[in-house]
Amino acid sequence: MEENIKVEDDIKVFGFWIYLMTDLIIFAVLFACFIVLRNSTFGGPSGHELFRMSSVLIETLALLTSSFTCSLAMFEIQQKRKNMATFWFAVTFALGMVFLFIEFSEFSELMDKGANWQRSAFLSAFFTLVGTHGLHISVGLLWIIIAIFRVWLRPLSAFNVCNIFRLVLFWHFLDLVWIFIFTVVYGTGHLL
Amino acid sequence: MENMEKFIFGKLTLDALPHLWYTIGATASILLMGIVFAIILTKTKLWGWLWHEWLTSTDPKKIGTMYLIFAALMFFRGLIDAGMIWIQQAMAADSTGYLSADHFQQIFTSHGDIMVFFVTMGIFFGLMNWIIPLQIGARDLAYPFVNSLGFWLTVAGGILINLFFVVGGDFANTGWLAPAPLSELEFNPGVGVDYLIWSLQLSGLGSLLAGINFIVTIIKERAPGMTLMKMPLFVWTSLCGMLLIITAFPVLTATTLLLWLDRFFGMHFFTTGFGGNQMMYFNLIWMWGHPEVYILVLPAFGLYSEIVATFSQKKIAGYTSMVIAALSITALSYLVWLHHFFTMGAGADVNSFFGIVTMLIAIPSGVQVFNWILTMYKGKVIFASPMYWFMGFVATFMLGGMTGVFMASPPADFQVHNSLFLIAHFHTMIVGVALFGSFAGITYWFPKIMGFTLNERLGKYAFWLWLIGFFVSFIPLYLLGFKGATRRLDHYAASTDWQPLYITAAIGFIIITCGILMQIYQLIVSIKERKLHLDTTGDPWNGRTLEWSTTSPPPHYNFAVIPTVSGRDPFWEMKLQGVQKGRRPGKDYPQKNYPEKEYSEKEYKDILLPKNTAMGIYISAFAFVFGFAVVWHILWLATIGLVGTIVCVIIISFDEHREYILPAAEVAQNEASIKSLVQG
Repeated sequence: MEENIKVEDDIKVFGFWIYLMTDLIIFAVLFACFIVLRNSTFGGPSGHELFRMSSVLIETLALLTSSFTCSLAMFEIQQKRKNMATFWFAVTFALGMVFLFIEFSEFSELMDKGANWQRSAFLSAFFTLVGTHGLHISVGLLWIIIAIFRVWLRPLSAFNVCNIFRLVLFWHFLDLVWIFIFTVVYGTGHLL
Repeated sequence: MENMEKFIFGKLTLDALPHLWYTIGATASILLMGIVFAIILTKTKLWGWLWHEWLTSTDPKKIGTMYLIFAALMFFRGLIDAGMIWIQQAMAADSTGYLSADHFQQIFTSHGDIMVFFVTMGIFFGLMNWIIPLQIGARDLAYPFVNSLGFWLTVAGGILINLFFVVGGDFANTGWLAPAPLSELEFNPGVGVDYLIWSLQLSGLGSLLAGINFIVTIIKERAPGMTLMKMPLFVWTSLCGMLLIITAFPVLTATTLLLWLDRFFGMHFFTTGFGGNQMMYFNLIWMWGHPEVYILVLPAFGLYSEIVATFSQKKIAGYTSMVIAALSITALSYLVWLHHFFTMGAGADVNSFFGIVTMLIAIPSGVQVFNWILTMYKGKVIFASPMYWFMGFVATFMLGGMTGVFMASPPADFQVHNSLFLIAHFHTMIVGVALFGSFAGITYWFPKIMGFTLNERLGKYAFWLWLIGFFVSFIPLYLLGFKGATRRLDHYAASTDWQPLYITAAIGFIIITCGILMQIYQLIVSIKERKLHLDTTGDPWNGRTLEWSTTSPPPHYNFAVIPTVSGRDPFWEMKLQGVQKGRRPGKDYPQKNYPEKEYSEKEYKDILLPKNTAMGIYISAFAFVFGFAVVWHILWLATIGLVGTIVCVIIISFDEHREYILPAAEVAQNEASIKSLVQG
């Protein structure tokens, strides 16, 4: 029993997949709004003028790497190596913080330029879509801290391992959403 | 000083306290009811019982009962709103009636929201909580705690939507969907719309959690042998409804949140200036709103299938086609949202597409109606009161369906768009299908829930009052719609000649009210006479599905031994095979013999059951505080609400011991005592 906890069979993991689908629909609505309002700049700055691709690229790399380290942490948990799992979670956390820091500095830079969410419908949609993702990342970071506590305070039973596995799913999910944000918001904003 | 006050109280001032006749009246009656309730509980020393047995329970049967009671309370609120609307309109030819225009608008807004979110959905969640685990041979839902949380979030939303009586005095005056830009800060600076938004956020989250829970339960927790194509149709259509919930409700959450961002942060999604797009709001809200209609009626369709098969004493005709029909309706319902605003001017191509898809829905609906009628054909139909509701439903469903197909044609819709014809159409659907369905379902499953049947004679009286009242009140609305009366009119010119029809409609409302009073009387009489109508067999209607194989009411673990299923009507087959002796299906109705359990004591196993938890209440209370604080812009209080919610979630995520074991010996003892109780 000790070596293999089948996280895929856990009923809560199954339900969590369904929850992720519903969250995806929330993002779908925000994406749809963004696409509809992309050109509604109302005389304000457009994405082409505002976005700096270099920082977005660093942001993206940080998040993609964190997805990898998150998987490593899960692997170590399956192997019952608490120290290594904690290490990889800490790395994931740090990368997530890097991502959030860059996002915040991008936001404050935009605000300084007067490109705040009240300026135009385009900026409202931009801040809402990217900000909702950032909010999810913050929740994920909180969850990582709790997961580290869980690793140390609780036995690695099926109950706890499945909880951590749901965090990993959540983190990958956010990664996936970010790839679409990168493409739809920044990519097309840069090109068009 | 002023800043300090603003920080502490946000937008809240002394003006928000009740000062209008209806807010004072409502506040006083809420306080009075609360005090009376508290006194009764204290006198009878039942606080602990209420808390431990009911409020903190994670048993789906108890949560189901609480959903039903909650929905019934909200029904009276929505009913009073309906009455006020009708009386105003009957009076208001060349006069302003007794309500101001603004008050009238608030009334029809809250009527719509309450009836849809809390009454109809509440009743169906209640019935599903009760019946789905029993029908699929499960002991519980997949996530008992989430079930409790979902219920309490719904209650929190229900309290928030009524709270404006006590704090604020103004509800949204926008109509139930709060269409932008009318619901924007520019045109609606009060807190009414915020109350609406946050009430829908909380109850919407509750519905979403319930939706996920039921899907996982139906997919993962079925009894051995019950393949998907052996599930009872109520389970099938509920599954379809729940699939709609998990795809549609996130859209509602996102849309109302965007509206709130506009109002709170000054964003410009749906504003008139700065590039906002109001028609996007209509598209988004109806992308949720149309599936919502099917969330309300699909469970009713399944429930009618159960009833018509039971009372025709035949298996349902065309089971496979019924399943395909339900799934088709589910799929098509995503593709018709634009028919709510053909007049937007999206162009002939777009309108034709949505018009044709809307008409297509008539096909699976027709398949269902034909199957129901074919089930009755050559059956030994027993006209018990659930069957009355069923027949009434078929008549109203025909009327509603045909007017629906009529309006699916864009040129016709342009003539009656937003007229009372539309109002009459969707009330025919929601009252005639969903509400009649819930009455049929409650009558049908009442013995399972309470252990005795309702008084049949009074139930039939109530049905006739409802049916006649329904037609008297809504047929005039169809006519008024053709004459050009638009919806949401608080007064009109007497020269229109509309008043007689409005008065007829108001008379219909009085007849419906008599029907409701008859139902209350039926309930009281049935409780008084319960000794005469005790359901000792667990199977008062000669039923076909597994819920009737348990005692009425079932033990808290539902099944002492999980049954193995081999067919579509498992209990009927058990009876045919004589597994449970003394029962001859179709011969002696109602059954008198208690089924002899074939299980020996050895077959009882330890049962894992969920423990009670108050965490659902705590989380919902914090979420409620958050919602209230955000409505009034009290940021410190909102922070407390949010942090409290998060901390509670973290605490429960560490609680590994949410279940307890009921030992096999205790199960055996309990089963024996039930048996002796029923036989003695």
